[in-house]
Amino acid sequence: MTQSPLTRNIQGNGPTDILAYEASGGYLAARDNIGKADPADLLQLIKDSNLLGRGGAGFPTGMKWSFVPPADGNGHRYLVANADEMEPGTFKDRLIMENDPHQLIEGMLLSAYTLAADVGYIFIRAEYHLAIARIRSAISEAEQKCYLGDRILGSKYSFHLQVHISAGRYICGEETALLNSLEGKRATPRAKPPFPQVSGLWGRPTIVNNVETLCNIPHIVNHGANWFKSLGKGDNAGTKLFGASGRVKNPGCWELPMGTSIREILEVHAGGMQDGYMLKGFLPGGASTDFLTPDHLDLPMEYEAIQKAGSRMGTGLMVVLDDRACPVGMIANLEKFFARESCGFCTPCREGLPWVQGILDKIEAGHGQAADLEVLERQALFIGAIGNTHCAHAPGAMEPLVSGLKYFRSEFEQHIHDGRCPYAGES
Amino acid sequence: MKSELINALSRAEIDAIEAEITHLPDRKSAAIDALKIVQSQRGWISDDSLSAIAKLLNMSAAELDGIATFYNLIFRHPVGEQVILFCDSVSCWLMNGEKVCSKLQRTLGIQHGETTADGQYTLLPVTCLGDCDHAPAMMVGESLHHDLTVDNIEAIFK
Repeated sequence: MTQSPLTRNIQGNGPTDILAYEASGGYLAARDNIGKADPADLLQLIKDSNLLGRGGAGFPTGMKWSFVPPADGNGHRYLVANADEMEPGTFKDRLIMENDPHQLIEGMLLSAYTLAADVGYIFIRAEYHLAIARIRSAISEAEQKCYLGDRILGSKYSFHLQVHISAGRYICGEETALLNSLEGKRATPRAKPPFPQVSGLWGRPTIVNNVETLCNIPHIVNHGANWFKSLGKGDNAGTKLFGASGRVKNPGCWELPMGTSIREILEVHAGGMQDGYMLKGFLPGGASTDFLTPDHLDLPMEYEAIQKAGSRMGTGLMVVLDDRACPVGMIANLEKFFARESCGFCTPCREGLPWVQGILDKIEAGHGQAADLEVLERQALFIGAIGNTHCAHAPGAMEPLVSGLKYFRSEFEQHIHDGRCPYAGES
Repeated sequence: MKSELINALSRAEIDAIEAEITHLPDRKSAAIDALKIVQSQRGWISDDSLSAIAKLLNMSAAELDGIATFYNLIFRHPVGEQVILFCDSVSCWLMNGEKVCSKLQRTLGIQHGETTADGQYTLLPVTCLGDCDHAPAMMVGESLHHDLTVDNIEAIFK
């Protein structure tokens, strides 16, 4: 049995059509289970597999699904694939959607059947033109073969799947903002509760899962919970798409056991740093994760260990800071992004992030004052506090800032003392 | 009312919007789809288009404008034949993206948010294009260009 289920059809760069997918064992889980398996058994299987959401938060998928109330026959129930991949430094879902679109469709079909959902959406960012084309063509192939639509594979179960192409904005990746956007509204996150499982799209029960999460489902259904658990290292279940960008020799994205060490990812798969560059730090999984340093290289990439080290695994695609790039400049870049992408609804986020960005730009330009660092720290307390805002955008924005102030404090101080960026001229 | 609308929206645009509405629980839910349909025909959303779409969806123009201006890929000003979306997120920044973008701005003679005099290109910053292993990256129209450098960026526009 394959040890790289998610990318088994991708490594050879083969065709992406339905015949190739079926030939590799695709839709076997659908044929064996749709209309035949008890959805309650499938839910139990996903719970037993210890699959954790791959979008960044790492919430147990089976538990998330279990909050959906039983079908009441009063209207639609929705399953949404979050394909709005926009976390800076993250390029994993695109890999699957472009090269194995049927895997996502089969994952959605099995998930929707388990949840008794009758309508599905793939919410995808507009810039992913190739992925959109391949998914659309795959949906039409799957409809022709009766894997989607009315009375799937001769059963009584029906599931209609549509593609929704986004009109932009990072905040659409937040699941309740995504639902508002699907409803045609501004993508402002909703206050929770109620949670989408109970009152989601148009007030109906809705599950939103990340693309990679959904792609794991057919393999768990085919091979079982124990097999899935055996794929990871230690107590961690499954594989994960990990990756690295920045000044490494071989930037890329690889499917590896959950719990693979950071050192192995950066030194073996990414090939280590480019000649003339040293590793100074890294964001483990996107812009909204705290910096870690070379001292953390031997940690396993899994949610708990990275959290214990003071960060989050996030999307699992690392952004590498080298010794010739300015940490203050990098953090200023990150906060400019967060400030621009705030939806503007909650005051600490709308007003606080541009303030932080302004101070960072000032320090980077050599006009900082000693008191600025205190202001940044106080801002981080208010903006970063959970509960001051509807969603995690502002708290996420503070993660690289707070950890940056901790690990790169002397650089901040040097900018302020010297009145210039010590890295100016480097690249 | 319909004939008045046709002056601002084409029959094909109205039909495409109505087709979206058929699989939605209410007309307003088609707001973003409707904006995209009209933009795909006209390149941008004028005040007249906005008012006509709002009427068609039984909503106020102000509410629809609130939606239109929220999304960075809905344009409320005219744009060039092709929109350049230049990634300004962190992985591209680390790989010299700012300098490459400055070179592009000098080459085309425009800043972010501006359109070239010949109406060919509009330049806009964009959040991470998910191509970070080939940073820096940008999209020109629907084409992705990556591994950009100050030396190779000019040739793309020749």
